[in-house]
Amino acid sequence: MKLHDPLTRYVVRLGDDALIMGHRLSEWMSKAPFLEEDIALSNVALDFVGRARLFYQYGAELMGGEVTENTFAYQRDVRDFTNLLLCELPRGDFAFTLSRQFLYDAFSLPFTQALCNSTDSRLAAIAAKAEKESRYHLRRSRDWMLRLGDGTAESHERCQNALEQLWIYTDEMFERDALLDGLIASGIAVDPASLRSTWLETVTETLHAATLVLPEPQGGVTGGRKGIHTDDLGFLLAEMQFMQRAYPGLQW
Amino acid sequence: MSDQIQLYEVFIRSSRGLDHKHVGSLHADDAQQALEYARDVYTRRGEGISIWVVASKDITASQESDCDSFYDPLDDKPYRHAAMYELPEGIDSL
Repeated sequence: MKLHDPLTRYVVRLGDDALIMGHRLSEWMSKAPFLEEDIALSNVALDFVGRARLFYQYGAELMGGEVTENTFAYQRDVRDFTNLLLCELPRGDFAFTLSRQFLYDAFSLPFTQALCNSTDSRLAAIAAKAEKESRYHLRRSRDWMLRLGDGTAESHERCQNALEQLWIYTDEMFERDALLDGLIASGIAVDPASLRSTWLETVTETLHAATLVLPEPQGGVTGGRKGIHTDDLGFLLAEMQFMQRAYPGLQW
Repeated sequence: MSDQIQLYEVFIRSSRGLDHKHVGSLHADDAQQALEYARDVYTRRGEGISIWVVASKDITASQESDCDSFYDPLDDKPYRHAAMYELPEGIDSL
């Protein structure tokens, strides 16, 4: 499925980030360390899936015809997905999931705040809803960084290891490609590069408070925006799309 | 972490003017986390505008066995009960 219209590509890209992140979080359902955290994680997963739906529904309207939100979620292949690699990495241990979430939430909050000013009123409306969620997500994931980083020797080590593994995937959040250039000029898209200093400030402050060490800068891995993914996304899609692939058009 | 986890009782006020009601309990590491979990566990459908959490160990409760001495003596003092007042129309809670 090839998308051409720049706005549609942007909207679907944002939907992809949200859906894949939401799916990874949903994998914790019934497996979180304890019941309360299970419910809290599931809530965050639902926020992301809900956000994906809003973007996909808008994308479907822009496409017209037979396309629905489900088309984007269930009928596209790995190469069609343009989510950040950060979102698709396997959930790992609890420290890895929460570290990923923190690094992303620290980006997502200023991003959704900036998107509220989009000249595209529909995107601005979606962002206004997402921003409130992101504020809560960041509060939660930051809190976990403090607990894990400043917790036991094991939780500290697991959290630090997770950050080291995740760090090379953080650059991609701030990547600006040709699609963005045009949309930023017309005030529709957010320039992610402009959010880097805010993000780094949040991350530096939190890691310091959590007695964790900011990983050394390394060359970033990118490709997600071009549809070049890790092997793991294929497995994720295989599971997520199975029902619609096996029984096309199946309804609840 | 699970060895320090403790039980909290959750109270939610559903709207302005009403009092906080006990809705259940949950496990958390400390009071702050209990508050966040209370939000996730008990207010998912917009039930509340204010949450209290109290460590269950800090609640001193009356015992079933105390019933006789605690409550029964009140039964023959009907003048203490406000049961004969009728609430005006349109007032649901006072």
